Amino acid sequence: MTNDTMNDPSTMHAAKIAGSVRDGVIGARETVEAVLARIARVDTSVNAFTDVLPERALARADAIDTARNRGEALGPLAGVPFAVKNLIDIAGLPTRAGSKINRDLAPAERDGALVRRLEAAGAILVGGLNMGEYAYDFTGENVHDGATRNPHDLGHMSGGSSGGSGGAIGAGLVPLALGSDTNGSIRVPAAFCGCFGLKPTYGRLTRAGSFPFVGSLDHLGPMARSVTDLALSYDAMQGADPDDPVATTRAPDPAMPGLDDGIGDLRIAVAGGYFARGGDHEAFVAVETLAASLGAKRRVEIPEAARARAAAYLITAAEGAALHLDRLRTRAADFDPAVRDRLIAGAMIPAPFVERAQRFRRWYRAAMLDLFREVDIILAPSTPCRAPKSGQVTFELDGVTLPVRANIGVFTQPISFIGLPVVAVPVRVDDGLPLGVQIIAAPWREDLALRVARHLERNGVVSAPHATL
Amino acid sequence: MVEMPKTEPAPGGLDAYIDAASSLLGIPLDPAWIAAIGANLTVLQATAGLVAAFPLPDEAEPAPVFVA
Repeated sequence: MTNDTMNDPSTMHAAKIAGSVRDGVIGARETVEAVLARIARVDTSVNAFTDVLPERALARADAIDTARNRGEALGPLAGVPFAVKNLIDIAGLPTRAGSKINRDLAPAERDGALVRRLEAAGAILVGGLNMGEYAYDFTGENVHDGATRNPHDLGHMSGGSSGGSGGAIGAGLVPLALGSDTNGSIRVPAAFCGCFGLKPTYGRLTRAGSFPFVGSLDHLGPMARSVTDLALSYDAMQGADPDDPVATTRAPDPAMPGLDDGIGDLRIAVAGGYFARGGDHEAFVAVETLAASLGAKRRVEIPEAARARAAAYLITAAEGAALHLDRLRTRAADFDPAVRDRLIAGAMIPAPFVERAQRFRRWYRAAMLDLFREVDIILAPSTPCRAPKSGQVTFELDGVTLPVRANIGVFTQPISFIGLPVVAVPVRVDDGLPLGVQIIAAPWREDLALRVARHLERNGVVSAPHATL
Repeated sequence: MVEMPKTEPAPGGLDAYIDAASSLLGIPLDPAWIAAIGANLTVLQATAGLVAAFPLPDEAEPAPVFVA
């Protein structure tokens, strides 16, 4: 791995690019050309991209350079190349969502809402990113497009389902990527690929123009190699959207103005119980490393976390199956077999099982909101282990052999189940592969989670250097 | 649904349920898929049992449209 080169536009952080383009130090075209060249050279080994859009990106870069030469004001993300998980609409492409079946869809007529918002802030879309089929995945493997490989060790998983997003950020292919997170699909690849990720509060960022998975659990969010880049892009993407029925009508709450306010008297606790067992020792060392740096001595018990995970698992299976029912009827053989078999089983779940999970969800939400009266931030591992090897089917956690696919998300599912905002930060406890920690806040307090992450980053406790490739 | 001999019984004795449910849902099944579907259903059944074991009052309303 290497620290991001200050003067190499192919691997600069987004904030640095935007500042340099605004100041005329570098051009948007120069930046995009450097990024495209790096993608062409490096992505043959990582396989993060499914679509690269040089013509579109260069035309957009030229428009930004022209605007600057005319003296026009540029946006906060001027000239920043970014890429999106391929479940987000890109005008002119069918939104494949990691599947074979969706390639038969008509090309999207316009970009997804978040792409439009990022481009309105000056960013430049350079491509679509690989993902697990229909987002029902934690591994980053895809039978149709091939696995995204972990940039820090190509023999290991990227994590998923936003595997291409994590791989592209970890490999230094783009400074900013969008992913989706239903049960952990931003936080898991962020941990495995050693980058930052923001899963906002459910409903905070519009999902309009993206292919759904589980409507009551789906979130979109950014991944990056710095906390500032997360906050910059998050602020640019906020705002109501009538095209997403759950998008909040709250006023935007920009995170940038208070990002460097430090942790002050924030009440920060470590999640105990369920979140302190069932994983490799190093996963808990990562949490303790952050807790020590933050002076967080308090432990809290997230109530009934195992049941919360179970309920999320049921709702996911049932809602996902309902979404795909017609495709299961007509094109079941065209699914990834691992996805197909889970979806068919999900379609067969008796309705009372799901209703019970939804009733439990309301109880759990109330219990968690009670907990957030006592603390502002909760720390928990992102994953129970480092990235498993590619194709690995089982792993041993706490002496128990378990299937990899179903258990990578044990620590993320109970949190997204009630839509809490999380900043996933990368932690290196030794020279091995990175680990991740979730900085969890109360609903709508992304600002606090980002402040804590920024404090840790400023103090050198967390960082996301890109892989040397 | 294609009528073919099953290659492997689903775990948990769920074969008959899977047969009936596939007809009800209109999802034709390749017999080779049934064992894996059964394994997934068995996990879902256990998962549902864990959730159901938590006592909730009859008045507890579901949260199908979740508001954070």
